[in-house]
Amino acid sequence: MSAPPLGYLTSAGERAAAIVPLTWFVLAVSVIVGMVVAVLLLAAIVHPRGRALPTAIVAGDDHGLAWIKWGLVLSALPLIVTLVWTMAALGRVAGPPRSPALVLDVTPRQYWWEVRYDARDPADRFVTANEIHIATGARVLVRLHGGDVIHSFWVPQLSGKTDAIPGQTNLTWLAADVPGRYRGQCAEFCGLEHAKMAFEVVAEPPAAFERWRRAQLQTAPPPSSDAAQRGARVFQSHCASCHAVRGARAAGSTAPDLTHLMSRRLIAAGTLPNTRGSLAGWVRAPQTSKPGALMPDQQLTGQQLGDMLAYLVTLK
Amino acid sequence: MTPAALRVPAIDDDTPELRARLHAIWATTPGWKGWFTTVDHKEIGIRYIVTAFVLLALGGVEALAIRLQLAGPDLRLMTPEQFNIFFSMHGMTMIFLYSSPVLSGFSNYLWPLLLGARDMAFPRLNAFSYWVYLAAALFLYTGFLTGNGPNDGWFNYVPYAERQYNPGLNQDFYALGMVLLGISTAVGAANFVVTAFKMRAPGMSIDRLPILIWGTLTASVANLVVVPAVSLAFFLLWLDRQFGTSFFRPAGGGQPLLWQHLFWLFGHPWVYAIVLPAMGMVSDGLPVFCRRPLVGYSLVALSTVATMILGFGVWVHHMFATGLPGLSLSFFSGASIVITVPSAVAVFAWLATIWTGRPVRSTAFLFFAAMILLFVIGGVSGFMTASVPVDWQLTDTYFVVAHLHYVLIGINVFPVVGATYFWFPKLTGRMMDERLGRWNFWTMFLGFNLGFLPMHLIGLFGMPRRVWTYPAEMGWSALNMITTIGSFAFAIGVLLFFVNVAKSWRAGALAPADPWGGSTLEWALPSPPAPYNFAVIPTIASRHPLWEEALDENTPRSTITRGMMLDTGKETVTTTPLDAIPDRIVEMPCDSWAPLLLAVALGILFVALLLKLWLAIALGALLVLGALILWLWPQRRLLEREPAHG
Repeated sequence: MSAPPLGYLTSAGERAAAIVPLTWFVLAVSVIVGMVVAVLLLAAIVHPRGRALPTAIVAGDDHGLAWIKWGLVLSALPLIVTLVWTMAALGRVAGPPRSPALVLDVTPRQYWWEVRYDARDPADRFVTANEIHIATGARVLVRLHGGDVIHSFWVPQLSGKTDAIPGQTNLTWLAADVPGRYRGQCAEFCGLEHAKMAFEVVAEPPAAFERWRRAQLQTAPPPSSDAAQRGARVFQSHCASCHAVRGARAAGSTAPDLTHLMSRRLIAAGTLPNTRGSLAGWVRAPQTSKPGALMPDQQLTGQQLGDMLAYLVTLK
Repeated sequence: MTPAALRVPAIDDDTPELRARLHAIWATTPGWKGWFTTVDHKEIGIRYIVTAFVLLALGGVEALAIRLQLAGPDLRLMTPEQFNIFFSMHGMTMIFLYSSPVLSGFSNYLWPLLLGARDMAFPRLNAFSYWVYLAAALFLYTGFLTGNGPNDGWFNYVPYAERQYNPGLNQDFYALGMVLLGISTAVGAANFVVTAFKMRAPGMSIDRLPILIWGTLTASVANLVVVPAVSLAFFLLWLDRQFGTSFFRPAGGGQPLLWQHLFWLFGHPWVYAIVLPAMGMVSDGLPVFCRRPLVGYSLVALSTVATMILGFGVWVHHMFATGLPGLSLSFFSGASIVITVPSAVAVFAWLATIWTGRPVRSTAFLFFAAMILLFVIGGVSGFMTASVPVDWQLTDTYFVVAHLHYVLIGINVFPVVGATYFWFPKLTGRMMDERLGRWNFWTMFLGFNLGFLPMHLIGLFGMPRRVWTYPAEMGWSALNMITTIGSFAFAIGVLLFFVNVAKSWRAGALAPADPWGGSTLEWALPSPPAPYNFAVIPTIASRHPLWEEALDENTPRSTITRGMMLDTGKETVTTTPLDAIPDRIVEMPCDSWAPLLLAVALGILFVALLLKLWLAIALGALLVLGALILWLWPQRRLLEREPAHG
């Protein structure tokens, strides 16, 4: 069995890694304590044979206090270790890095993730959705903004949870040691499709990340084929009030930016693979695969749908 | 006529003639009229317990529906909307409408019997507390049945609960229902506190209280402190929704986090309020089956109080991921780790009691003993979440769901079922079936662990709470199927329990006064007890009035068959708070319509508020006022006014 994508007993980055040994430690303490108590209890019950009522009363109050004394002494040790280790680990992972290699502004919304890449030069800033690319080894600061209701940002392999709360900006950070795709998930109940509000963090070597970043800065090319041109018009009338495509006239901001839609592996916030088939199904009837999503079913003819797909696949 | 308070009561033996006189004074009016007007703590207690068990069954059915939907990946048995209402109803029902009221029921029934009293301090308030609880449960379930059940989980975070994101009546039902329920909880708590300090039999000094009294007393004090916080929170939410205020809406300068603070300031102490009395049941019941007194009585009593005091300082551990500063996280993390110490005291006291005793393995004993293990499992998983960095991973996953079910089922349901086997003879005069009891225990115990131990792993594999479905690739499918199977097995166990209760109540073997050889006062009374409980007021000389001879530990012995008669009216005696020295004779109220009328009037008022019918609101308010006047109208019999001259 492969490791569960959202498991956190292993890690792939320094922030999560600082917590894994502590997690195993408290887990081990818990399992041992549970087993010791189970054995003591079983032995106590099974050893003296039960008998019919009523039986004599056996002992006064002074008997057995040693149990409490030794029980507390023995429990104190793991408690103190946990307390100290917790504070030490907290110190290592809590604070955001002083000089992050990358700063992201993430605004989770019902039920997707808006991701803005910050940069000193405004020309280097861009916006994307549901797929976050980072360079391996880089410490990434994430500023979490409340978009509508409370959501929680969580990439188990890289970082624990931090809530995004309307009216305040929360800071968190993450880093990845190994290239790979790490699944993230909304972890605070946020409404009908809390279940289908995932995203991916793609960690790549710095050069690959740089290539991706440059590609994301590009605007969408004007559609060339007839079908794609017709599709762009359908897009304009059906989609552009919510979705943006940089380089086209679509500038909606209440739904994911689709300028580089085809560069993403998944669509609908981690719900479907980004294939032609699922894209077609999603555009026409999002309520079927993600009931409760804020994107309404589109009344498209077969022709319109075909044209739309011809346009969407140009958004590389 | 000499005012009762200034009289010196006659002291005599318990005789059949005395019992006949007392019966005429204390018995509830027969028939339907008595059913609506009774103030007898025993009848009210049984009603509380039965109502709470009905709600346990409803909440259980909701849970089974949830488990079916989650049995496999990508199932579509429910829509997300239905799922959200079901999991919210399940949580709300179990936490607010079952687990606390069932303990209030047992405490209501048992307290006066354990304390050597003839009733609670405020019998009418007691009846009122039950009727309001029933009204709140009906109110909340009306919401559910009309498709307007709560849909934001039991802790109901804003802004999702605000009107902008949640336009239906769902949240209004929840908000007003919780304010209504808060009235019941608060008056019930006040009644317990006063009863504990004033209604004890002479000689039952504070160091001779059964642990159940300590548990419910501690929980009640906590409720008096924290219920106002949650009532306020829900009231403010309702104002936000209906009158455009901005307590929690950032757009108007409000703070979503204010909700979380108010809610958890209440919510965490509440968790202790729904386990401490149940721990008290185990502390009192287990030693009877171990044939020895509880080990470390004073330590266990003190740890009960200590748990609650520390329990006021740990609420932020529900909010570790909300971006609070590191210093406050460290404080609450430390407090949450330290709070395991008093719990450990109780665990080792119980273990020592079994080890140094001679366990009699009755069904009740099995439930109490199993509780120790479940308590430890729920405790250590809680200890894991107390470590902030670890909690950043654990929180809001199924690990927490597993943890809270070990706490609530392990430390509430198991002791309550054990307590039912233990005290059923006293409540009904009949024994429960021990053979069926074994089946009941093993199905519940194995089903529960089969369902909820693997759930920890589901959480460690990253499954978030409150998702209506999940993709197959996540690696949770097999474990979820096991959990669903275990949940159904557990449900069958609970069903066997209900079957046993129904069967035994109708045709169980008749119970003697003291079937288990118990140590506390209730076992000195016939099963079921007479309406006046104690024919003469007992005088207490130890913690174990019925075991004094066997333990042979103190020379002055408790007297149960001779004492103050107090048979000239519906009278009982109050005592001083610490030493329980007789203080004065008090007149107790007779059957009354006032509690029911006030509860109905409140119900009308809250329905009117929900629908914002101004005329009906005015009418409801007038009815409430009228019922209050009826209640508070000074009665001569209760010495609330001077006799008229001439």
